[in-house]
Amino acid sequence: MKKIVLDDKAIERALARVAHEIIERNKGTENLVILGIPTRGYHLALRLRKKIEEIEGVTLPVGAVDATLYRDDLAIKKDQPSLKRMEIPPVDGRKVVMVDDVLFTGRTIRAAMNALMDFGRPVAIQLAVLVDRGHRELPIKADYIGKNLPTARKEGVKVHLTETEGVDEVVVEPAPVEGK
Amino acid sequence: MRLKRKDLLGIEDLSREEIELLLTTAASFKEVSEREIKKVPTLRGKTVINLFYEASTRTRTSFEIAAKRMSADAVNISVSTSSVVKGETLRDTARNLEAMRPDCIVVRHASSGTPHMLAGYVGCSVVNAGDGAHEHPSQALLDMLTVRERKGTLEGLKIAIIGDIAHSRVARSNIYGFTKMGSRVTVAGPPTMLPAGMEKLGCSVTSNVEEALKGADVIMMLRIQMERQSESFFPTVREYSRVYGLDEAKLKRAKDDVIILHPGPINRGVEISSEVADGPYSLILDQVTNGVAVRMAIFYLLLGAAKEDQQVQAGKA
Repeated sequence: MKKIVLDDKAIERALARVAHEIIERNKGTENLVILGIPTRGYHLALRLRKKIEEIEGVTLPVGAVDATLYRDDLAIKKDQPSLKRMEIPPVDGRKVVMVDDVLFTGRTIRAAMNALMDFGRPVAIQLAVLVDRGHRELPIKADYIGKNLPTARKEGVKVHLTETEGVDEVVVEPAPVEGK
Repeated sequence: MRLKRKDLLGIEDLSREEIELLLTTAASFKEVSEREIKKVPTLRGKTVINLFYEASTRTRTSFEIAAKRMSADAVNISVSTSSVVKGETLRDTARNLEAMRPDCIVVRHASSGTPHMLAGYVGCSVVNAGDGAHEHPSQALLDMLTVRERKGTLEGLKIAIIGDIAHSRVARSNIYGFTKMGSRVTVAGPPTMLPAGMEKLGCSVTSNVEEALKGADVIMMLRIQMERQSESFFPTVREYSRVYGLDEAKLKRAKDDVIILHPGPINRGVEISSEVADGPYSLILDQVTNGVAVRMAIFYLLLGAAKEDQQVQAGKA
């Protein structure tokens, strides 16, 4: 049975808090760029921009950083993942807030950081995620977390957004039964 | 998504879905060539051998650049300076190259079917970069990408392919490709250069260029291949140019927003006039740019994923 752990209101509140934290931590919005990791991280980046705009009256540049070509698991995967949106505004000397939906092993973030470095040299990279579900395989930590969600490794965590699935929710799916 | 193939030998055996996958992937790869650092680490540690038994600038350079932008190592073998001149057979050359463990061999040969034969000898991927008068799949893919970019779709377009159809592998691959994607293809050229039975490939055939150009959305001019003219197929180059060459007068028969392609190298003033080749309808250089993206996509889809026996459980599974 799948279990809804965040509904639309909870997601809304979590993003509002993360937006405030970003502004507080950076003492404003000066020099900030928001980069989402497609597909859902990009939609979350757009939502964060809107929230920050409502609070500070400043519209930040938003971009998309596709980590696909930098992944370390291409050679062990059966299928090649298809490429997604790659749109990087100038990042030299900027503070970049990377946004993703779920932080799990940390490998996607590693790949996204490498991709970003090919486009320039940001003065800092911060990480915002809607859900941190643990089980890191790399020394990577999020600066802004919508919800800490302790999970078993084999469980599935899915973020659904109105932009992509027509509904805002975070669900946990049980581990698949062995032999199935 | 995955291209479930070891080799890319021709457009004839690709499905419409596979062509879509290749074109969509290639469109995404264009961005890499626009960057300041034009390189992604995706195929690090892979080796690509370019084995060209025929002259080539565009295709060989394009495959080489594509491999390098994906971080694969590319090695070029030009046959005129290789052991082939000492009489080594294709089979022995292939098996020796394979002993050096490449991941892909890109081959061009004057005989149709060579890449298919090679693919049977070696375990690594084989990409056909042109075999005789048979197929040139990467060229057809870059042509389709160029047209799709400009027209939004390939469905329902009228494509005129004009020139030496008999000797043209570009024509054959494009007929297969465009008809699979829902375009209507008409081929035209001197009767001596129109082989019997072309209609069976799903295109219309005419020796009247003006008829082929009428209402065309896309005109693809083919090169007159002087190196293959062992017997003469037309009286003089001047006459060919006058009747079959594309100039501004003939161009008026096509649609107002027609686009013109040519696989290169162009013979200026023979199959295409300089005004037309350098004019606003010509996408000849866009084709070359797209060629790199298409070949990056081919390498990504053929070499990017694990081989069946190498698959291990990925972290998330």
